[in-house]
Amino acid sequence: MNDTTNRNPLSRARDGYSSFFDTLRDRWATAPRWARWVVYLVLIVLAILLPADGVGSFMSPYTDWPTLLFFPIGGYILLAIGLNVVVGQAGLLDLGYVAFFAIGGYAMAIFGTKMHMSFWEILVVGVLLSAVSGIILGAPTLRLRGDYLAIVTLGFGEIVRIVANNTDYIGGPRGIGGIPHPPSLSEWTIPDNGFFDAIGIGGVQPLKYGALDGKPYYYLMLLLIVAAIIFAKRLENSRVGRAWASIREDEDAAELMGVPTFKFKLAAFAIGAAIGGAGGVVYASQSVSIIPTNFPFILSATILAAVVLGGSGNLPGVILGAFLVAWIPERIRGLQEYRVLVFGGVLVLLMIFRPEGLLPSRRRKAELAEGEGGMGGLGAEVGGPVTVAAGEVGE
Amino acid sequence: MKATTLNNLFSQFWPYTIDGLSLGAIYALVALGYTMVYGVLRLINFAHSEIFMIGTFGALGTLHLFGMPSNVGGFALVALVLALAVAGGIASGGSAVILEYVAYRPLRRNNASRLAALISAIGASLFLQQLFARLVIPQAFGLPKEKGALPVQGHFVHHTNVIHIGGFELSNDRLIVIVGAVLMMVALDMFVNRTKLGRGIRATAQDPETAVLMGVNIDRIVTATFALGGAMAGVAAALYMLRFEETRFDVGFLLGIKAFTAAVLGGIGNLRGALVGGIVLGLIEMYGSAVFGSEWQNVVAFSVLVLVLMFRPTGILGESLQQARA
Repeated sequence: MNDTTNRNPLSRARDGYSSFFDTLRDRWATAPRWARWVVYLVLIVLAILLPADGVGSFMSPYTDWPTLLFFPIGGYILLAIGLNVVVGQAGLLDLGYVAFFAIGGYAMAIFGTKMHMSFWEILVVGVLLSAVSGIILGAPTLRLRGDYLAIVTLGFGEIVRIVANNTDYIGGPRGIGGIPHPPSLSEWTIPDNGFFDAIGIGGVQPLKYGALDGKPYYYLMLLLIVAAIIFAKRLENSRVGRAWASIREDEDAAELMGVPTFKFKLAAFAIGAAIGGAGGVVYASQSVSIIPTNFPFILSATILAAVVLGGSGNLPGVILGAFLVAWIPERIRGLQEYRVLVFGGVLVLLMIFRPEGLLPSRRRKAELAEGEGGMGGLGAEVGGPVTVAAGEVGE
Repeated sequence: MKATTLNNLFSQFWPYTIDGLSLGAIYALVALGYTMVYGVLRLINFAHSEIFMIGTFGALGTLHLFGMPSNVGGFALVALVLALAVAGGIASGGSAVILEYVAYRPLRRNNASRLAALISAIGASLFLQQLFARLVIPQAFGLPKEKGALPVQGHFVHHTNVIHIGGFELSNDRLIVIVGAVLMMVALDMFVNRTKLGRGIRATAQDPETAVLMGVNIDRIVTATFALGGAMAGVAAALYMLRFEETRFDVGFLLGIKAFTAAVLGGIGNLRGALVGGIVLGLIEMYGSAVFGSEWQNVVAFSVLVLVLMFRPTGILGESLQQARA
């Protein structure tokens, strides 16, 4: 059954591609500290220069590039980083992640229009609310495993959307309008002289959040993304991250080794939810009005696809995946009508030819290669979705 | 407030019950596909909802083939529904087999993880939905392209009350739905329990490796499982058309999730559980919408799902396609 010694050109090309990235990764792992910091700095500078018009005319000839960079591109990246904590690191399949994005968005809308709180206060409140809702969802459902969890989270995502749609207090299907922009921090303008003009950011007011310029929102999103990356990366390399990896690889073994699996799974849910909520708050404050249909199931599926496409568990891969998923449909306007169609087809092909994603984490790749928890070559080789309480109901 | 809504339930008890039963019968038939595939492959066939959707269009296309009859009643209606069920069953069963061949079989060959399989299923589901919304529906019904996402109507039923005793009324379409669904379930149950192929399915669900050693051809069993589950969804689709008389490209999405809920509710992998789960879910949904208002119907359904998984994750009848009881 395991005659995976393919010798066709396609798989050889794939092997070449993989070994190229493996070399790159080895280089990175052995690179001195200062070299890494240089790379980080270069990346941040590049990200700051990204909304320049020169880049935009190539990257997005149809839509306003900075706005596109804010959402969907930046938004998808932030959400993908959050979902990666849940799916990639802890190995919990969440199909209703959009619910937390929605909760963040509605927190911004409700507190902003009805209680007149400022954006920065709401950002904190929204993140906390999302984290709490993650715990509320997780507490009863995280005893389930695998597919069951996926379906329950899907149901939760739908419940949140339908409740928003049916509740008159938050506008029902018409949603909430007139959401305030963040208060401008300063009117400071990047000098409009030769140098800054040449790199395309002259005359930008990066801290003034108005209705017209998309760049300040992009910078705000960038700040959140960087914070989320640092947060996620630090977690990954900590005791928590190791606990997640052990849960992902073998939950029973982890439990037996004394890892409080339930607590750590709950933590993954809460942290993922918090990041999703932050995305929702920023999204709502930029877009002025939100309606329940801003938060459909397809968005959950898209973000999950971004995580898997990029390489679940590997942050650079996840970011790349989210960028591609958000950008390609906007770039190829001719495909606009068929983009979900193409997207669905690509997902199937990707799972057939490269289930580990474009930039897989090495550890995850090894896990996938072992076929842990797989369908198996025959059919069912792993036990069904066993629950903690399974012993009590076994016949 | 509370009292009046409860009154609503009690004064309209029979209509809600009949609606719940007929809705639940459709859920149960669709749930069979989930439960069989899950039993054999341990895979949530997320695209099963689209298999159902294809069935509704198979049935609708057949109606057009017959020149879109209207006001059909009596035994002519029974015959027509039979034809629709055959058409829907062939359309759904065929597309389920193709789906397995294209989206799942290569993954099984690669020993892919279950996450990969689920993503592939989601991809296939989106692909099929959009294929119908953008290409098939506009082409087949001669609609402009942007109308592909709108519901397509197909009124053909002459509604009459078959039984009328006091407050208890049973209309012809609901009677056919309930009877038809139960007949199909009994037929499938007998097939799985009595035939050689059915024995193969049970054996594979129970222990695939031993099944192979005993000479079971797994690929044939998987194909048969998808064909049978798909055909059941196709019959459900025909009954759905009889009951609601319209369909659209995403008709399967919510119905699919609820059918899966029904499968879990009854005990996934358990064929009789699918019937119990479907009926229970249909009733709970209708009673829930009577009490809370119809816009909360779906919330009630999903809350039931969460509650069931919390308190009895193996479902009402337990998981048992593996236990050779079907």
